[in-house]
Amino acid sequence: MTGTTRAPGAGAPLHLAVALDGAGWHPAAWREEGARPGELLDAAYWADLVTEAERGLLDFVTFEDALGLQSAVFHLPDDRTDQVRGSIDAVLLAAHLAPLTTHIGLVPTTNVTHTEPFHLAIGIATLDHASRGRAGWRPQISSRAADAAHFGRRTTPQLTEDDVTDSERISRPLRALFTEGAEVVEAARLLWDSWEDDAEIRDAATGRFIDRDKVHHIDFQGTDFSVKGPSITPRSPQGRPPVVSLAHATTPYEFAARASDVVAVTPHDGAGTAAILAQVAEAVERTGRDVRERPLRTFADLVVLLDDEPGAAARRKDRLDRVAGAPLASDAEIFTGTPAELADLLTDRHSTGLDGFRLRPAVLPHDLTAITRGLVPELQRRGVFRTEYTSTTLRGHLGLERPASRYAKAG
Amino acid sequence: MPATPKKQVHLAAQLPGIHNVTVWSDPRSESQISIDSFIRLAQTVERGKFDFFFLAEGLRLREHKGQVYDLDIAGRPENLTVLSALAAVTTRLGLAATVNATFNEPYEAARRFATLDRLSGGRAAWNVVTSYDAFTGENFRRGGFLPEADRYTRAAEFLTTARELWDSWASDDLRADAAAGEFTAPGAGRFAHRGRHFDISGRFTTPPGPQGHPVIIQSGESDAGREFAASDAEVIFSKHNRIDVARDFYRDVKRRLAAYGRRPEDLLILPTANAVVADTDEEAAAYAEEISRELVSPQTAIAHLEAVWGRDLSAYDPDGPLPDIEPEDDAHFLKGHSVFRKGRAETARQWRELAAERKLSIRELVIEVGGRQTFVGSPRTVADAIDDYVQTEGADGFVLVPHLTPGGLDDFVDRVVPILQEKGVHRDDYTGTTLREHLGLSDAPRPAGWGGPGQPLRTGRDDKETSA
Repeated sequence: MTGTTRAPGAGAPLHLAVALDGAGWHPAAWREEGARPGELLDAAYWADLVTEAERGLLDFVTFEDALGLQSAVFHLPDDRTDQVRGSIDAVLLAAHLAPLTTHIGLVPTTNVTHTEPFHLAIGIATLDHASRGRAGWRPQISSRAADAAHFGRRTTPQLTEDDVTDSERISRPLRALFTEGAEVVEAARLLWDSWEDDAEIRDAATGRFIDRDKVHHIDFQGTDFSVKGPSITPRSPQGRPPVVSLAHATTPYEFAARASDVVAVTPHDGAGTAAILAQVAEAVERTGRDVRERPLRTFADLVVLLDDEPGAAARRKDRLDRVAGAPLASDAEIFTGTPAELADLLTDRHSTGLDGFRLRPAVLPHDLTAITRGLVPELQRRGVFRTEYTSTTLRGHLGLERPASRYAKAG
Repeated sequence: MPATPKKQVHLAAQLPGIHNVTVWSDPRSESQISIDSFIRLAQTVERGKFDFFFLAEGLRLREHKGQVYDLDIAGRPENLTVLSALAAVTTRLGLAATVNATFNEPYEAARRFATLDRLSGGRAAWNVVTSYDAFTGENFRRGGFLPEADRYTRAAEFLTTARELWDSWASDDLRADAAAGEFTAPGAGRFAHRGRHFDISGRFTTPPGPQGHPVIIQSGESDAGREFAASDAEVIFSKHNRIDVARDFYRDVKRRLAAYGRRPEDLLILPTANAVVADTDEEAAAYAEEISRELVSPQTAIAHLEAVWGRDLSAYDPDGPLPDIEPEDDAHFLKGHSVFRKGRAETARQWRELAAERKLSIRELVIEVGGRQTFVGSPRTVADAIDDYVQTEGADGFVLVPHLTPGGLDDFVDRVVPILQEKGVHRDDYTGTTLREHLGLSDAPRPAGWGGPGQPLRTGRDDKETSA
């Protein structure tokens, strides 16, 4: 009923990921004691964060990204100077962190509306080579029309004030971009498969380095683009790095059903979780996906503020809200409390059918450290979270098998 | 008067992914795609205090007679992604990526280079190349849309636009001032470019790295390419490794700089080269012969001949004479291989002449025209030759292409570099942290009055409008 192969709950592994963004998900986080606001676009800061996440044995970290500056307004740029603005390319950042880590999955966000599908495919495949099998990919469509002017090649729908009041209304004008995004993912997967695993033969007798029968044109024809192939990058350690998407409405649920290995959703309570999982399951049904063959892992996103002392996290949030000049607003549920209280909530939600959680630390490194050193030991004590990595690939952490190239002849 | 100080030899290394420059059949040859190979070669040349590590690009697998070409090493990573990983396991080595100006857009390319420069602490370089071929274009949304004549105008405007984007953040725009509550300066990253190829505006996401602009590399040898290099590049690659031709090229390129207000040392000329080192000159010569033969298998010899002749020659004996049939003019057999694209009738004529004169078989001819190893000999012989080449203005240094992945430069680094250091022509250690510093380049890549790529200096008022 949930799109997964089994009903999670007792005995099913609980998966845990962290979404890293700037100084954290609270707009005032960069002004906190312990923040490193001048280093948010530099390597050392991120190396410290990801090393900490790996210490907590997390499945993966995601890196936010966009082809335009951040904005406090969903659909328009803003001119604010009191919040974090500026970013670096997330695929390159993830690749940089690959040799500095050994187990944790690295999942960069990329734009699939403006970036060439071929470049995306070889970038993620290269990340998978560089991390020896720990790459993931979070494809994201361009929902802000102003970003299109950075490229000058096409226009994308301008959402209105009315649209952004509701997630269903947001996704309606963007439906064509979602469809195209799913095609981009499909083209990338074909490119990843275009070299069979044993295409490189180094056969001195015949002088052949590759077996050309095992390197394939993909001849992908999408609605508005085509890709000939094959890839220039040989098949990567995971074959197909997992695709992660965030979804709030019917259209993105269908995108996930078509394209994703992990879908992150944003319920705000237990009943909401069940309702959203049912919607995801319906989307899976509509697209005809066989989840026994291609499981879809469901994660819930939560913004978290964690302190050991009861009430301290809520007080901290109030203080941050005052600095920011407005209460923290989020598409995801905002949790304030102790690591033990969060462990209660996660185990409870997990039993309703979620496979895992993508936690968005409100303040870095404070709330990340509280996850890795507070929440994780708490979950381990309850026997619901790994006590060591048992795999070296992201697919392995997620319990997803490595798929054969679709071009490989059976047997 | 004190003696003129000797010129420093600048060294770079390339991990080749394509063409028959790498012996893959050697038992010591390891993966061309594993990250371990990249790390091993990068760390080796950093130990040798090289200026930078360079990756070429090919965005479509080559095809021969309508099928994927299978005789050479194939399969490579996305350049900037792998260099970003290498930035984490090296500390001083420059990291140079070839990135095509045809199949990319300025906003994203500028952003990715700014990212690499930040991640590496100021070690990024960009080899700006262009492509117009529809064959490669089939892998891209935009296809093979670019007329050949527009190659350099697009490249020049692409680079101009990238520079506007890097300059869109002033050095103090990233304030991160928690007490004042000011993260950025107002309007940081704002830009607008209106030109023939690009009409874009908005806000750029990424404050530039320590170098401001990455080092710009150009690799065309045509007149337009040389002019583009003289106005805009800081390194030019060349394929000239015959000393007399190289000196002509060197003089010609350096003399073009003055028109753009640039000094001769603002553009470094680095030919591609390879070195075969052994205990003695004789052993090295024998090894070089062996490498040349291994690089041209019988199958490779026939394939290269077919590429020039434009017809199927699989029935010919690679150890026999050249075919007496005439080349087909229009057939383009080996696609994605720049060497065989043009002037094939003339090439065929020259090859026949050479084969007749020297009584060469097909394979012997292809080995002969494939080019010799540039520097062959004992460590002392190779070091002397390199030093001499640079001191006599044949080059400012070399991009070394190893014939083995990833250990192909071990001997050079362990045995030739110490002699160059002893001679005082190669650094004992890095004295700077950025690639600009290694190359002795100024921080300001454009002189005052710079008029834009390929444009003479402006003497009057510098209006902001960019036209191309």
